[in-house]
Amino acid sequence: MKLDPAIRDQVLSTVPSLRAFAISLCGNIDRADDLVQETLLRALSHIDSFEPGTNMPAWLFTILRNLFRSEYRKRRREVEDADGRYAETLKSHPEQTGRVEFEEFRTALAKLPADQREALILVGASGFSYEDAAGICGCAVGTIKSRVNRARTRLADLLAIDSVDDFGPDRPTRAVLAGGGRN
Amino acid sequence: MGDRGKNGEMKHRRTNLEAVEPDTSDKPASDKPENRDSMGAPANSPKPEARLGREVQAKIGQQLRAMYDDVVNQGVPPHIADLVRRLSDSDQD
Repeated sequence: MKLDPAIRDQVLSTVPSLRAFAISLCGNIDRADDLVQETLLRALSHIDSFEPGTNMPAWLFTILRNLFRSEYRKRRREVEDADGRYAETLKSHPEQTGRVEFEEFRTALAKLPADQREALILVGASGFSYEDAAGICGCAVGTIKSRVNRARTRLADLLAIDSVDDFGPDRPTRAVLAGGGRN
Repeated sequence: MGDRGKNGEMKHRRTNLEAVEPDTSDKPASDKPENRDSMGAPANSPKPEARLGREVQAKIGQQLRAMYDDVVNQGVPPHIADLVRRLSDSDQD
């Protein structure tokens, strides 16, 4: 059967945001694009289970997130520290994750637990309501709220500490040591 | 090729971060494990950065959206548009 063009357009218009979410989960563009393709295959072969008029982005995000989670669990059995692995991916291939100007932020984001990272992205960047984000993650609304709050607090710490490092006493001290050594 | 212009249809796009501004109010009591800070300092020591909280939070929201929108603005990659078109035109029952 052919897909209703209106439904197809809804799917297509969700793809850019779906991709951005996938990249933030995977930390790697190639893997993210594979995940998006897998999601679309799954979604379009089960399009009957989508109720027209309901939230297409939330439906697609839920499928993508579930696919990512089952893959993540599989990998976790192979590699103990999946979050560390994510951070490692960012370190060794920064060019695969996007533009350099976001590197500091991405590095901080990579230090968050996966649950907190996804909650923050869904609410703060994808623009879902807490209720939709809870539906996507299969947890209570209060859980999403506390994950988002913890993510923000932790990021604030990480980013503030970084900027203190950037302008702290170490830099001038080092400059003095390097330049004025022969007094 | 007409698919790239559809971003405007993402009606749900907005941020809800501001809604949780008083972010210490509903922290659960079970919130201890990963919260030692990265310098190993006790979490209750008064930090000079605390004053910058609001600014830092605004910066976080801004950076988060900038990073995300950088990808969103790339639109639908051609191979994904092809995939969707192929799947939606196929006569599989």
